Amino acid sequence: MITLEFIINILSLGSLYAMLALGLVIVYGILRLVNFAYGELIMVGGYTMYLVTLYTPLPWLAVAIVAVLAVMLTSLFTELVAFRPVREKSLTAMLITSFAVSTLLQNGALLIISPRARAVTLPQIFQTSVMIAGTSVPWRNILTILTCILTLALLTLLLRRTVLGIALRAAADNFKMTRMLGVPANTVISTAFAISGIMAGIVSIFWIGRSASVTPTIGMPPLLVAFVATVIGGMNSLTGAVVGGFVYAITISLLGVILPPGMVEFREAFMFAFVIIVLLFRPEGLIRSKTSVERVG
Amino acid sequence: MLELNEVHARYEAIIALRGVSINVGQGELVALLGVNGAGKSTTLGCIAGILRPWQGGVTFEGGSIVGKSPEQIARLGISLVPEGRDIFPSLTVEENLRLGAFTRREKTEYRRNLDEVYDLFPVLKERLQQPGGTLSGGEQQQLAIARALMSSPRLLMLDEPSLGLAPALVDQIFELIARLHQRGVTILLVEQNVHRCLEIVDRAYLMNTGLIESKGTAQQLRENTDIEGIYLGMQGQTKK
Repeated sequence: MITLEFIINILSLGSLYAMLALGLVIVYGILRLVNFAYGELIMVGGYTMYLVTLYTPLPWLAVAIVAVLAVMLTSLFTELVAFRPVREKSLTAMLITSFAVSTLLQNGALLIISPRARAVTLPQIFQTSVMIAGTSVPWRNILTILTCILTLALLTLLLRRTVLGIALRAAADNFKMTRMLGVPANTVISTAFAISGIMAGIVSIFWIGRSASVTPTIGMPPLLVAFVATVIGGMNSLTGAVVGGFVYAITISLLGVILPPGMVEFREAFMFAFVIIVLLFRPEGLIRSKTSVERVG
Repeated sequence: MLELNEVHARYEAIIALRGVSINVGQGELVALLGVNGAGKSTTLGCIAGILRPWQGGVTFEGGSIVGKSPEQIARLGISLVPEGRDIFPSLTVEENLRLGAFTRREKTEYRRNLDEVYDLFPVLKERLQQPGGTLSGGEQQQLAIARALMSSPRLLMLDEPSLGLAPALVDQIFELIARLHQRGVTILLVEQNVHRCLEIVDRAYLMNTGLIESKGTAQQLRENTDIEGIYLGMQGQTKK
């Protein structure tokens, strides 16, 4: 029952969810804001791929890079025009702003493009498989895992080796003190939103790569996954986000196997029951952070 | 160098400062004394840009710093070591120090500051790769001061550096402050440990309920003020 194919499937799903959760938690760690417009960044990535392939002759890899950049810029832009002006006010104001940004982006896509799904052209490699030890493994899954490893390695390097990365981690510990050392608040927050955007951009490539189409409401499922994964893993830790992403992927995949056929379509409900159990026993998530959760803006 | 003129401050409806005027000259070691709730930390907060004075002026080296952000004020060379230390627990000692030098990243200056900090706090050199949160209270306090020194501060503000430390460590901290003063660092020190404090400072201000109750050189204050009285909560006890 537990085959190599199954394991690679879980690893690939876990990689995707881990990157998703990281993008959400990197902003939460600093602003204590759950950015509900995060899912729409995936949508922006999808439409960018759709439009760029439609109107330019760029090769697929270039299209993917343009999509990641577009998502990063969208993330930075939403911070600049929507979150920054209300940052000093209250957390509730920011939360509501994030819903507003989410709705605006969705309706923008509805108006400008179409409520109907648009097909996104994918390269050949996304549809082919490779034979490993007698089982056929989709290249898409292998690429997801490799991209995740590379992304996590680069992110770790950034957060450990550069002054800006250290400042970002410090700000998650104690934002006020970080500012008192001369680190500009805006620089830290912009960097966090840029990283969040890059994560969402990379995820959008693989997320869209599963359905090969994009709709205005495509952002909701990934937002839910990211949110649930961070709640499981612990909202205050980047490691927690990665752990949460993998725990989510493992649980949902196992539910798909364990549940009787008639129940499989309700596996999301079982997933949320699992989350409630986790929260009952570890309200702070699986990975606890060493610091308090006081917010400063 | 630093001058506060009739500073008023409040937290929502609670008035914390009711017209505080103090000044600190270049190279001086000045203390701000008083009981809990007298407004000492609030005064430091107003200087560091955490709290915006509601009225009154704060000038540093001739320019007003009212309304500037904490990061702008840090860039001017004002460094606050807050009460409760506030080191970054998940960052290593080395990363804490590196971030302390955020405004002073030029290589030779960084090396020089690092050497000086290792010289003052040899224990930190042994703990470079350890997360700050795993240090003992005394070590954390040393790290907090070391981190502030990494920015070559023109004005160093210490908020109750001896709080919660074992008596032997308290002695060490006071010796350290005296040593920094001898090296020419301008220091504004907030303390509850009045007697120890008056042994090392040049001048001091005594605060009570948001006001400066009395001021003078350390000797004047020792001779003329009923410090115990103030700490027992009685009002305005200047000896006649």
